[in-house]
Amino acid sequence: MTNELKVKDKSVVVPGEVIAEGMNYLPGPGMYRKGNEIISSQLGLIKIEGKVIKIIPLSGKYLPKRGDVIIGRVRDVNFSGWSIETNSAYGAMLSMKDGSNDYIRRGADLTKYFNIGDYIVTKIYNVTSQNLIDLTMKGPGLKKLVGGRIIKVSPSKVPRIIGKQGSMVSMIKRATNCNIIVGQNGIVWIKGVNPEDEIITVKTIKKIEKESHVSGLTERIRTFLSKKGRKVAGE
Amino acid sequence: MIMVYKKRIDGRKFDETRKIEAKVGVIKNADGSALFKIGKTTAYAAVYGPKDLYPRFMQNPEKGLLRCNYNMLPFSGSGDRVRPGPSRRSKEISYVTENALLPVVNLDNFPNAVVDVFIELPQTDAGSRCAGICAASMALADAGIVMKDLVGAVAVGIVDGQVVVDLNYDEESYDKGDVADIPVAIIPSTGEFTLLQMDGRIKKKDFLKALDAAKKIVPKIIEVQRKALKNKFEVKNDK
Repeated sequence: MTNELKVKDKSVVVPGEVIAEGMNYLPGPGMYRKGNEIISSQLGLIKIEGKVIKIIPLSGKYLPKRGDVIIGRVRDVNFSGWSIETNSAYGAMLSMKDGSNDYIRRGADLTKYFNIGDYIVTKIYNVTSQNLIDLTMKGPGLKKLVGGRIIKVSPSKVPRIIGKQGSMVSMIKRATNCNIIVGQNGIVWIKGVNPEDEIITVKTIKKIEKESHVSGLTERIRTFLSKKGRKVAGE
Repeated sequence: MIMVYKKRIDGRKFDETRKIEAKVGVIKNADGSALFKIGKTTAYAAVYGPKDLYPRFMQNPEKGLLRCNYNMLPFSGSGDRVRPGPSRRSKEISYVTENALLPVVNLDNFPNAVVDVFIELPQTDAGSRCAGICAASMALADAGIVMKDLVGAVAVGIVDGQVVVDLNYDEESYDKGDVADIPVAIIPSTGEFTLLQMDGRIKKKDFLKALDAAKKIVPKIIEVQRKALKNKFEVKNDK
């Protein structure tokens, strides 16, 4: 019986591709075991951590997870709360009691708090087995977004945009003087003092999204920003 | 007259497909997309979703739904205008495409949702449903859908007593002898057939021979699909 890896670390695999043979490796999410083989079931990047093989998806919709901070758009205002678009396969509900700390009188006008089309930073506090999402506005940094611009990126690239302990996003913030909020669902809010700053920020984030799976990303983004005439810390 | 089909009309070998070209990510707005070209037959596939499914009675609380739509563009035929909109034929092909792909895709994580697959053909020269299935399976993978394998599809058949692979229109309409056209789709890792239709008449012996030919050729098509999917991400490596 052979025990070997069929692909290299950090290579791209497609569904149906044999990743490893034998029982020496453990399949993580995005793959399955068939007989003696471990086979990929998703398009992604291979990451080998000891005996465990993982796949980092390169595409796909956002999967709602409890505790994630996301940016959503108000789709509808109901009697009991707000219905929010989440950029995932499912909509979400923000109930009146989770939406505001104020005492809201019965029949009060809820659009005073969030109106249709508003973008909000919100946290997922529950996801049911049927993927019904409950949101809350109670927590640090959760608020309605005023001004700025919204861009969408692939949700699988969000960790790259944020970087280790927020290193990437804080580098961009310092270099461009923009306020940036990255939602786990791939919606990014950018607000700068002037439009030029915002445009450079958008370009930087799009560049990260495009090249995130190639190594040496931080360095390339740093040179990209300084080429644009921005001062980057750590040079 | 004895067996006359000794050489194929376009000069290919009997077990050779037409030239295949595949590309992924051709439609930027879609969640996943692919182009699959085999000879003159060209298929585009775009995948949207998983997303909310309405009307509500169609929702399945246990798993997501796969919805395929096959469409030939009005100018795609060999001269006659193809009437746009659903027809008996396009509805049937949409249905068999769906069933060809369903055994590999896993939508258990998306209850009450739907994945829409749109297959459009700007140019056809026989084998369009197979090209559509190949494009759709690449587009689904590109959209990040969990699937246990890609699906490869090709038409095999018999032209005047000779088993051939990937018939073009001239062969399908060959009039000097019997023709059988068998579009098949295969899951390469298990060897299962997910599409098996037939047009024409064939002997059982020849039928089995044709299926064997399909089993041999599909892995080559899968290889092209895989390369195209990887290409989307590796081009950027060079920059």
